[in-house]
Amino acid sequence: MSKPVGNAPKALFQRDMKLAFRRLGESLLPLFFLFTVIVLIPLGVGPGPTLLARMAPGMVWVAALLASLLALEHLFRPDLDDGTLEQWFVGDSGVLGRVWARLASHWLITGLPVIVFSPLAAEMLHLPHHALGTLIISLIIGTPALSLIGGLAAALTLSTRGASVLLSILVFPLIVPLVIFATGAVSMQADGLDPTAHLGLLGAFTILAMTLAPFGISAALRMNLE
Amino acid sequence: MIWKKIKLWFHMLGSPPTFYRFGQVLAPWLWGAFAISAAIGLYQALYVVPSDYQQGDSMRILYIHVPAAWQALFGYTVMTVLAIIALIWRIRMTEIMAMACAPIGAALTLLCLATGSIWGKPMWGTWWVWDARLTSMLVLLFIYIGIMGLYAAYDDKRKGARVAAILVLAGAVNIPIIHFSVDWWNTLHQPATIRLMGESAMDASMLPPLLWMVLATKFFFGAALLDRSRNELLQQDRSKRWVEQQISGVPEQA
Repeated sequence: MSKPVGNAPKALFQRDMKLAFRRLGESLLPLFFLFTVIVLIPLGVGPGPTLLARMAPGMVWVAALLASLLALEHLFRPDLDDGTLEQWFVGDSGVLGRVWARLASHWLITGLPVIVFSPLAAEMLHLPHHALGTLIISLIIGTPALSLIGGLAAALTLSTRGASVLLSILVFPLIVPLVIFATGAVSMQADGLDPTAHLGLLGAFTILAMTLAPFGISAALRMNLE
Repeated sequence: MIWKKIKLWFHMLGSPPTFYRFGQVLAPWLWGAFAISAAIGLYQALYVVPSDYQQGDSMRILYIHVPAAWQALFGYTVMTVLAIIALIWRIRMTEIMAMACAPIGAALTLLCLATGSIWGKPMWGTWWVWDARLTSMLVLLFIYIGIMGLYAAYDDKRKGARVAAILVLAGAVNIPIIHFSVDWWNTLHQPATIRLMGESAMDASMLPPLLWMVLATKFFFGAALLDRSRNELLQQDRSKRWVEQQISGVPEQA
């Protein structure tokens, strides 16, 4: 066999980013979706600032989670449909690298905009200002795990019927600790307590997901091609 | 010598017809053992054990609730071991058995939640409390349902079983984390919730029926697992010759 031409994961990453920027409106849809959720909450529970402030950490996180779910269905599906996915396994450049590249671009497209615009969402929900920093840190630490576990669910449901509903059902129980640690950290900061323990556990969860999920993803992708 | 025989027997169980006949012999014994131990356990729980000085007779539901909860968790452990074997050695029987664990485990989890809810109404005054243990059982139920849904979504059953086995492992890694995170989440927000049993040691007179019921759920799980696996096997192999021979009663030529 010949040597791999160039750096496959890097090429994949550059391609994904280029495509995302060419279809900027489509790429930003999850972000708009996040804001529709944020707008619906005060309409549903009433505009009282104290109630909203108590709910803000959880609501921003749940909205971020829903936004991340939206793009998951198309994480590997187009590559399966046009046969590129099979090429991932043919060469000797490794699958894990490409899985990482794909997850990184997913995080940059869905996770990063949420982090950038989270102050706006937090302000709309009257989150206390001194808790904003913790919210942003919790999003920075936690959203990669969202992409990783979401990626695992996407790979597991790759060639199934009704993948999108199944995908949400698979993701929800696996990210329970993530939501608890992240919102716990922000709520503690809002109440004037030290959030480091929660943030530390959140980081540990993300690292665990980073260590295990890519192997699960590549195994599941391989099974779907058989 | 005896070790070799056990090994041979174990390998032969990997063959669907052998497993089918093995289950046919063993399952009735397990059902019988379940019926006897459940009868003893329920009799003791309902008639022998004195009623609680605080909770009255309503505490007797414990003898369904607690064994169901333990078996729901133990069932997940069994499923995890089978899933690991299925992923590494690709033995078809273990794939089928691992997937057969999921509905039984889900049913036991549901039983645990339902009895907990019924118990909670007179004790806590509400059907549902966001108690740490209740919540982690609910999440366990969703994991079981996810595994069943994923398996059902694949037309190729072998592929579905192996993909779902990965999810079983992901759940196995996650369940302890979920348990402790939920525990912590609850204790941070509502520290004074009544614990299900408290850490106070159970009175010795209450223990025997509980042990009988725990034994009964073990037998139930084993029997249901064998029956479910054999049904699944018949369904998947319905066009194969051994099923035809099994159904029509013609003895198989050795």
